[in-house]
Amino acid sequence: MSWLMTLRVALRALARNKLRSFLTGLGVVIGVAAVIAMVAIGDGAKARVEQTFAAIGSNMLLVLNGSSQGGGAMGGAGSLPSLTWDDLKAIQTELSAVREAAPVLRTGSQVMSEDANWNTSIQGTTPDFLRVRSWPVVQGEAFTQTDVDGGMKVALLGQTVVEKLYGRNANPIGQVVRVKNIPFVIVGVLGKKGQSPFGQDYDDVLLVPVTTFQQKISGGLKNYIAGSIVVSSRGEDGNARAQQQVRGLLRDRHRLSVDADDDFQIRNPSEIASAQQEGTRTLTTLLMAIAAVSLLVGGIGIMNIMLVSVTERTREIGVRMAVGARARDIQLQFLVEALALAMAGGLIGVATGLGIAGWLASAFGWSMLVRPDVILIAVGFSGLVGVGFGFYPALKASRLDPITALRFE
Amino acid sequence: MAEPLVRLEDVTKVYRMGDVELRALAGVSLELMPGDFTAIMGASGSGKSTMMNLLGCLDRPSSGRYLLEGQDVSARSNDELARLRNQTLGFVFQNFNLLSRTSALENVELPLLYSNVEAVERHARAREALERVGLGDRLDHHPNQMSGGQQQRVAIARALVNRPRILLADEPTGNLDSRTSEDVMALFQELGRTGITVILVTHESDIAAYAARVITMRDGLVRSDVRQVPRAATAQAGQEAHP
Repeated sequence: MSWLMTLRVALRALARNKLRSFLTGLGVVIGVAAVIAMVAIGDGAKARVEQTFAAIGSNMLLVLNGSSQGGGAMGGAGSLPSLTWDDLKAIQTELSAVREAAPVLRTGSQVMSEDANWNTSIQGTTPDFLRVRSWPVVQGEAFTQTDVDGGMKVALLGQTVVEKLYGRNANPIGQVVRVKNIPFVIVGVLGKKGQSPFGQDYDDVLLVPVTTFQQKISGGLKNYIAGSIVVSSRGEDGNARAQQQVRGLLRDRHRLSVDADDDFQIRNPSEIASAQQEGTRTLTTLLMAIAAVSLLVGGIGIMNIMLVSVTERTREIGVRMAVGARARDIQLQFLVEALALAMAGGLIGVATGLGIAGWLASAFGWSMLVRPDVILIAVGFSGLVGVGFGFYPALKASRLDPITALRFE
Repeated sequence: MAEPLVRLEDVTKVYRMGDVELRALAGVSLELMPGDFTAIMGASGSGKSTMMNLLGCLDRPSSGRYLLEGQDVSARSNDELARLRNQTLGFVFQNFNLLSRTSALENVELPLLYSNVEAVERHARAREALERVGLGDRLDHHPNQMSGGQQQRVAIARALVNRPRILLADEPTGNLDSRTSEDVMALFQELGRTGITVILVTHESDIAAYAARVITMRDGLVRSDVRQVPRAATAQAGQEAHP
């Protein structure tokens, strides 16, 4: 019998018991839907994490002063600044895994244009900062090392600040912005960076040369950096190596004994990223287990129904054999039936999975990512389930004795 | 004289049930010529059904030889037997054995599916076979929409569709009234005239009376083998097909 005919016969047999066929295929539907949804969720979440951490800079480290209670108020024993300008210079020049390092001093302040004002984060830094953060200047130019050395009153504005002070899409280059009543000339506008993983707006920022910041905005300490150092690493595993090198260097420079705690703190945002990815991976593994179990249960269901079907249709098998069906024709017929059942379940499962993924994506605000290879694998797997679990019933059907089968009541 | 179509040479069939040996056929030899309309008679347990299964290539003899068209089929593989059932033999059963929820046309097409006949030719031949048994206007009817006589004629059309040389009918009138039975017998007599060898298994002597040769079996052996003048069956198929 031709393949097409075999398929037609199989589909018709399934159509005769629509509800039964549907319920039998349901296990596969759930399994495949779980796989599709799982991968879409996993990829979506991963993409989002990658996207947000790309904004921070994936090869970036943050070196903080000694108050390891992170984010708490400065002051109190042990929380005195420990990072010095010489430490920064040493990090910049002595470490192989470090590409650039820049100081970041920050304070919050009201800033004013001619006719608007806004409270934003004022950060004093060096041009290296933009390279560490891979942060482009989209209008005008960045301030230079010369500006830093000369303590020039120049500023780079983030998109949010430009919008609040000058309006959307305005060109503020050359205009004056007042920070704590000190006029700064705007030399450039930073590209849009978006939000941090924790919802903080990166674009709500005004950058000035670190020297100017110290002299005019927030005096602070002479030898110590009253802020943090951002470090970019180079090479594969750069972050881990850079973290190790910076830690060794600083412990050395701060003359810490072997058993003393660090008097500084190094944060590695990519670790947070991988922690988040670890979370999605757990979810993925869980869903994978659900998918595997329901595919298994679905397969058993298919086998069960196929065995029932073989028994019910014993006489039909006998008739087919009497009119010339060979054992392999009968086997193929039931195998194709099981395969069609599983594949149909698989396709419905793909549709359901895409639906769930789409719903989740819109609920969590992820972009929906569905890889065609995953769909192929899922459908292929359900086909495999059909063939695997349909094999024995089909074999059983093909081994019936036509005489007994014809007399079967 | 022409070559016999069927030749059994001292054929036995032994079933083993635990320690008990059941000799369903105890050594049967016979020859059937092309176009013979033969009835095999006997009480239940006489071995006539076993003989039918052997002649129909559904089973193999325990010993002896079965020559079909001069070829020994006793040692053929299952696939080769299936091919013989498909090409050379046609079956008609007491309980019709049509596929339910399947139209008459598709039931008749069934043997053609297993001989890879193209769809167009398949439909044409199935239609032709149904017309031959007087059901040309019932192509799309399902078995449950037809009378017993009509169902049996669909089954006969199915048996004929692949142009077999032998038609095996196992108690074909067992579930039919006498009027319809005569129609079926008339059809068989007509097939005999076109050269098809009809082998009819029955326990009713008035059905056997329509055959030209009656073989009576008892205890797995042929007890008598008589040629007779067949009773002529009058077809009323036209009337039955159009009630």
